[in-house]
Amino acid sequence: MQFGLSEEQVLLQDNVNRFLDDHASLNAVRDYAAGGEDAALWQGLTELGVSGLLISEDAGGVAMNALDAAIVAEALGYHAAPGPFLGSAVMAPTALQLADPTNTLLAELASGTTRIGIAFNEAIGRRAGAAVEVSGGNINGKSLFAFDSEADAYLVADAHQHLYLISANAPGLSRTHLTTIDKTRRTVELTYTNAQATLVSNNPSVFFQTLDIGRIMLAADTLGAAQNMLDQAVAYAKQREQFNRPIGSFQAVKHMCAEMAAQLEPCRAMVWFAAHATNELPDEARLTACHTKAHLSEVGKFVAKTATEVHGGMGFTDLLGLHYWFKRCGSNRQWLGSPELTREEAAAIQGLI
Amino acid sequence: MDLSFGPEYEEFRQTVRSFIAEHGEKSPRNAALRSPEALQWQKMLIENGYTARTIPKEYGGYGGTPNMLHSRIIAEEFADARLNPGLGGQGISMLVPTLLEVGTQAQKEQFIKPTINGEMIWCQGYSEPGAGSDLASLTTSAVLDGDEWIINGQKIWTSTAQLADWIFCLVRTEPDAPKHRGISFLLFEMSTPGIEVRPLIDMTGAANFNEVFFTDVRVPKQQIVAQRGEGWAVANAVLSHERDSLGNPNATLLRLNALIELMKTETVGGNRLIDHPVYRDRLMQLQGRVMAMRFNDLRILSSRLNKDQDARLARMIVKLQGTELRHDLEGMAIDIMGEVGLSYEDNPYTRSGGSWQNQYMYFLGLIIGGGTSQIQKNIISERGLDLPREPKIEKSA
Ligand SMILES: Cc1cc2nc3c(=O)[nH]c(=O)nc-3n(C[C@H](O)[C@H](O)[C@H](O)COP(=O)(O)OP(=O)(O)OC[C@H]3O[C@@H](n4cnc5c(N)ncnc54)[C@H](O)[C@@H]3O)c2cc1C
Repeated sequence: MQFGLSEEQVLLQDNVNRFLDDHASLNAVRDYAAGGEDAALWQGLTELGVSGLLISEDAGGVAMNALDAAIVAEALGYHAAPGPFLGSAVMAPTALQLADPTNTLLAELASGTTRIGIAFNEAIGRRAGAAVEVSGGNINGKSLFAFDSEADAYLVADAHQHLYLISANAPGLSRTHLTTIDKTRRTVELTYTNAQATLVSNNPSVFFQTLDIGRIMLAADTLGAAQNMLDQAVAYAKQREQFNRPIGSFQAVKHMCAEMAAQLEPCRAMVWFAAHATNELPDEARLTACHTKAHLSEVGKFVAKTATEVHGGMGFTDLLGLHYWFKRCGSNRQWLGSPELTREEAAAIQGLI
Repeated sequence: MDLSFGPEYEEFRQTVRSFIAEHGEKSPRNAALRSPEALQWQKMLIENGYTARTIPKEYGGYGGTPNMLHSRIIAEEFADARLNPGLGGQGISMLVPTLLEVGTQAQKEQFIKPTINGEMIWCQGYSEPGAGSDLASLTTSAVLDGDEWIINGQKIWTSTAQLADWIFCLVRTEPDAPKHRGISFLLFEMSTPGIEVRPLIDMTGAANFNEVFFTDVRVPKQQIVAQRGEGWAVANAVLSHERDSLGNPNATLLRLNALIELMKTETVGGNRLIDHPVYRDRLMQLQGRVMAMRFNDLRILSSRLNKDQDARLARMIVKLQGTELRHDLEGMAIDIMGEVGLSYEDNPYTRSGGSWQNQYMYFLGLIIGGGTSQIQKNIISERGLDLPREPKIEKSA
């Protein structure tokens, strides 16, 4: 029995973190937030094998598992790094592979030459004005907050949990940038007018497996982002002095830090378990994915607020950049189902509704 | 990542299951300490290695080699079958492990066997009116007079002192030493002349803890564990055994399942509580927290089996998180039952034998006892996160 990361996984974690320390520094994040590009960063991650993480070796990937992907997601969250990881390296390959392992797009995803985004909201929590209607291979309507803005194609889900692929250049598709509070990732509105869409899968199980792994990645991203904020808060509390003593010697501050650690530490095991369940424990996978997404969202919100408070006015400034992580936790919370919605799903999965 | 225990362990699990199938019926429910059912069950469990499993045979245990997974499987199977897992209490869970670590041969021979058999009941005499969280400032004194210690002072919050045969007690033996180095760990009989036990009624209405007064209590010199002045270190070893046993996530899971059942049967306005979206969401929030603590517990178990795995912080937060979670869980049952949730004792509307109210209060006691939640946060921040220690203020003369 071994519940934890293997040696190879620790190595993967170190490699990705080291790469991101160099290439996704706070300055790099700022550049991206100010309108910069993420292509070079994604290219670098592709060279580390990140784009092909979940893709079979036959299709040019490295055939690792959801836990490996969660390790990468955590590192990306720790650095608030931009990039199409969630769609292109996780959700799209998961769906395509489940539907048809011989799909040639898989090789393009693995090599990083194609980016596939995701437009799932209309299947999870459709908002007013949005809708996806597909008939006779044509798609009409609108997807909100699709991710990401640079994708070459989108994996679109409709209310029947069918998945379609639509090229970003398809006639009848228009794409508009939607500014959100989280400037480390860019979302778009997709408007479809008789655009051509290819059916990927009409099997709800493909949809749910894709959704679940996406949710686990968001939870892992929050784990990393919140851990970073806690680390920054603890470091600041040791160094900042008031009343002739480090603020970290005041119990109010110490207890804020302890409370963050106490809530966050079990989240690590939770993300590990949920990722492991995705591959190995099908009976538990759906429930743990929903709960992990919801629970990490709650803890992430608490840590984001509390770590900011530990920094006093400095936490509120742009100068320190802490707000990038604050907002990252905030958007992870809403993406692919907010906590209330995912908990309702968790209840349904157990037959409690 | 490998969650399986392996085939040899599955075989062991089957052995445990057949024992349960054959003998489970004899498991006593709510048996009083020292009752014949409880003692017989305990005896059978020890003989079969289901409790006191790793305690050497010569001290009355089963004599099994320590194996975390065997212990885990036994705990899981007994919990699943809702069987009494054997006697607990401060003697068995705290004193016995301590004696095994630092006791003399004579002490081990004298105390361990009757304690694990349930024939010798202990209480823990640490806290004093003036020394709670700041336990090291305790003042109960023990002065050596020939071959005997003479003890004077007072303890408080001493659980089960009214029933105990013996006490393990912290006393100040070196008044001139720094406060942590002047403490010794003594064992003595509660029937010794000069001991007075006065029950204290707690918020549940029962008198589970007591004040204990010592007036010239004479105790044989050799009834000290470890050396003079080493009591603080011994006590800390005991406390770590205590904290390990609090906030058990498997027990919490059983209570969560009981809460789900309650919500399926209880109604408000004719609707099942589980069908009430707000209550259901609160339930799901708790289920998420319970899950996180269960997986945290798996990680801790794994770190004990795989020494290169670090789970220090994961362990440090268990008492804080586990007791608060359990208190919230019990409290939720009361909330969703409204006034019915207030029913207690002989009220005919009382549900589940009053256990929700009882456990709600009991876990508040555990939040306070054994190092309060605030003290846990001090420990997490200072030892876990390496934040600066509190500035020390010396007592003015
Ligand atoms: C149900 C129950 C059973 C018990 N059983 C036993 C037993 O069998 N044997 C035994 O010896 N003791 C027992 N205790 C005592 C228990 O260990 C103490 O109550 C506990 O250590 C707290 O001490 P205190 O009650 O003196 O509170 P205090 O130490 O006076 O604490 C009061 C408040 O001040 C806070 N506080 C104190 N110091 C600090 C600090 N440094 N930083 C921040 N906050 C602080 C506390 O967190 C608490 O909120 C039991 C207690 C309970 C509730």
